[in-house]
Amino acid sequence: MDTFIQQIINGLVAGSMYALVALGYTMVYGIIGLINFAHGEVLMVGALTSWTIIGLMQDAMPGTPGYIILFIAMIIACVVAGCLSFVIEKVAYRPLRNSPRLAPLITALGVSILLQTLAMIIWKPNYKPYQTLMPRTPFEIGGAVITPTQILILGTTAVSLAILMWLVNYTKLGRAMRATAENPRVAALMGVKPDVVISATFVIGAVLAAVAGVMWASNYGTVQHTMGFLPGLKAFTAAVFGGIGNLGGAVLGGILLGLIEAMGAGYIGTLTGGVLGSHYSDIFAFIVLIAVLTLKPSGLLGERVADRA
Amino acid sequence: MKQPTKIIAFVLTALALLVLPLVLQSFGNAWVRIADMALLYVLLALGLNIVVGYAGLLDLGYVAFFAIGAYMYGLLASPHLSETFAWIAAMFPEGIHTPLWIVIPAAAGLAGVFGVLLGAPTLRLRGDYLAIVTLGFGEIIRVFLNNLDHPVNITNGPKGISQIDSLSFFGLSLGKSLDIGGFEVRSVTLYYYLFLALVVGSVVISHRLQMSRVGRAWMAIREDEIAAKAMGINTRNLKLLAFGMGATFGGVSGAMFASFQGFISPESFSLMESVMIVAMVVLGGIGHLPGVILGAVMLSALPEVLRYVAGPLQEMTGGRLDSAILRQLLIALAMISIMLVRPRGLWPSPEHGKSLQNLKT
Repeated sequence: MDTFIQQIINGLVAGSMYALVALGYTMVYGIIGLINFAHGEVLMVGALTSWTIIGLMQDAMPGTPGYIILFIAMIIACVVAGCLSFVIEKVAYRPLRNSPRLAPLITALGVSILLQTLAMIIWKPNYKPYQTLMPRTPFEIGGAVITPTQILILGTTAVSLAILMWLVNYTKLGRAMRATAENPRVAALMGVKPDVVISATFVIGAVLAAVAGVMWASNYGTVQHTMGFLPGLKAFTAAVFGGIGNLGGAVLGGILLGLIEAMGAGYIGTLTGGVLGSHYSDIFAFIVLIAVLTLKPSGLLGERVADRA
Repeated sequence: MKQPTKIIAFVLTALALLVLPLVLQSFGNAWVRIADMALLYVLLALGLNIVVGYAGLLDLGYVAFFAIGAYMYGLLASPHLSETFAWIAAMFPEGIHTPLWIVIPAAAGLAGVFGVLLGAPTLRLRGDYLAIVTLGFGEIIRVFLNNLDHPVNITNGPKGISQIDSLSFFGLSLGKSLDIGGFEVRSVTLYYYLFLALVVGSVVISHRLQMSRVGRAWMAIREDEIAAKAMGINTRNLKLLAFGMGATFGGVSGAMFASFQGFISPESFSLMESVMIVAMVVLGGIGHLPGVILGAVMLSALPEVLRYVAGPLQEMTGGRLDSAILRQLLIALAMISIMLVRPRGLWPSPEHGKSLQNLKT
C-alpha cells in the first residue's frame, strides 16, 4: 500500500509537469496545426537560465531565503523563454505558414537542434547540479513521503492552470485565441489580428514550458543541454493522448501519463516476476498511447474532426 | 537532339560514380567510408520516400527498421548467439556465418513484416497522430534492444554486438582488400561498389513503383484519401504495402550497415537518426527521386567532410567550437534556411497539373 500511495504522488508530480508542457504543444497545434518540436528545447533554456540566475543571486545576495531566489529565477526564466519563443515563431514558422505541411516541421526540428547546440556552447556540455532551494525535510502521508519541492510543483501547476483557464475563457485575448483556433479567416474578418494571437500563443506556451523546466530541474536536481528531449517527447505524447488541440485533454493526458508511468515503473517488476524491469517504463507510455489511439483515433477528449476541411 | 545528350550525361555520371572510390582511397580510407555511409543513407532515404513521399504517411520511427535489419544480421553472423546458447553452438560448430544471398532477402522480409505490423494498428490514424505512434514504435524497438540482455541475453544490451562478419559472396570477402594486377582495391571500396549496386537497384525499383498502378494509387491516397477510396482504391491494403515496402529498404540497409561497421549498439538507432532521414527526404524534395538522393548525400556527407575542415577553426576558437558542435550547428542552420528559401525542397518534383492551370488562364 505504501508503494501505491508513493507511486500516486510520484505520478501526479511528473504528470503535472507533463501537463504544463503539453499545454504549449496543444495550444500551438490548435491554432496553426503545427507540432512545435522546439518546445522541449524552450523548457531546457528556461531551466538553464534559472540555474544561471540562481548561481548569480547566491553570489550577489547571500542569505536570501531559497524560495525567493527560486521565484525570481523562475520569473526571469519565463521572460527569457517567452522572448525566445516569440523570435522562433517569427523567424522559423511565420514565413512558412502557407507552405507544404512538412516544411515548418523540418524548421522546427532544425530550431530544436540549433537551440541544443547553442546551449551546449553557452552552458558547456556537462551535467550541472541544481540546488534544492526548498526545505529538505519530507512530509509523510500514509507511509509515503512527499518533499516540499513536490508540493511546490503541484501548487505551481494548479496556479498556472487556473491563470491559463482564466486567460483563455474570460479575457479578450482568450476569446481571440479560441476564435482563431475555430476559423482563422472568419476571426480575421471579425477584427482579430491572427499574427498577434499566434505570437501570444507561442509566448504563453513558452512561459508554461519555462515554469515546467524550473520545476523539472528542482525535482531531478540536474540540468544539461539535452534535458529538454524527454519532457518534450512525453508531453507531446500526453497532448496526443488527451486529444491534441484540446486544453483539458492536455492536462488530463499529462496527469494520466504520469500516473501510468509511475504505476508501470512501480509494479512491472512484480507483475512479470522480475522478467521486465522498471527501465521499461518509458515504453509503457507509448504502448498505452498506441492502444488508446487504435481504439479512439482522436485521443481521449479530441473531437471527431472532419477528414478534410 | 535531347536523347544523345541525356545518354552522354548518364554514361558520364556512371563513370564518375565508378571511379570516385578509387580516387578517394588514394586520400585515405576515411574518405571512402564517408561515401559508403552516404550511399547507405541514400538507401534509407529512398525507402522512407516510399512511405512519406509517395503514400504521404509521416513516419518518425523509420530507424526501427534499420535497427531490425542490422540486429538480424548482427545475430546471424557473429559469435554472440553461439556464445550465449549452448544448443546453437552445438548446431553450428563453426559459428553462424550467413551468406549475402540469405541476408538480403531475410533482412528485407523481416523488416517488411515489422512494417506491416506497425502499419496495421495505425491505419485509422491521420497525419500527426501517425507521426507520434511511429515515433513511439521506434523508441519501443530501441528500448527493447537496450534491455533484452536479461533474463536471456539476446541483444547484449547497451554493449551491443561486436565481431560481426564482413559480407562475402562467390568466395570474395569484402572484408579484405583485393589485388587486381598490382592495383589494390581496399575493403571499403568493395563495400562502396556493393552499396552502389543496391542504390541503383533501389532507384530502379522506386522509379518503376512510381510509374506503376500501385504508385499512382499511393499518390492518390496522399493527395486525398477519401477521393482515392471513392475511385475504388483499396486504401487499407495499399497503405500496408507502402509501410511494408518502405521497411524492406530500411532492413536491407541495416544489414549492410552491420556488416560494414562490424559492430552495432542501440546508440546508432536513436530518434535523432529517424529525424535526420525525414529531414533528408523533405530537404531534398519529397517524392522526387533525384531530390531525395541529393538530400541524403548532402546531409550525410557534407557534415563529415566539414569535420576535416573544422580543425583550424577549432584552434581559432580555443577548442570551444569543436568539429562535432560545428557540424550540428551547420545541419540545424541548413535545415532552417533551406526550408525558408525553398519550402518544397531543394529539387522538388515538377508540379503536376500545371498545364491545365495554364489552359484556364
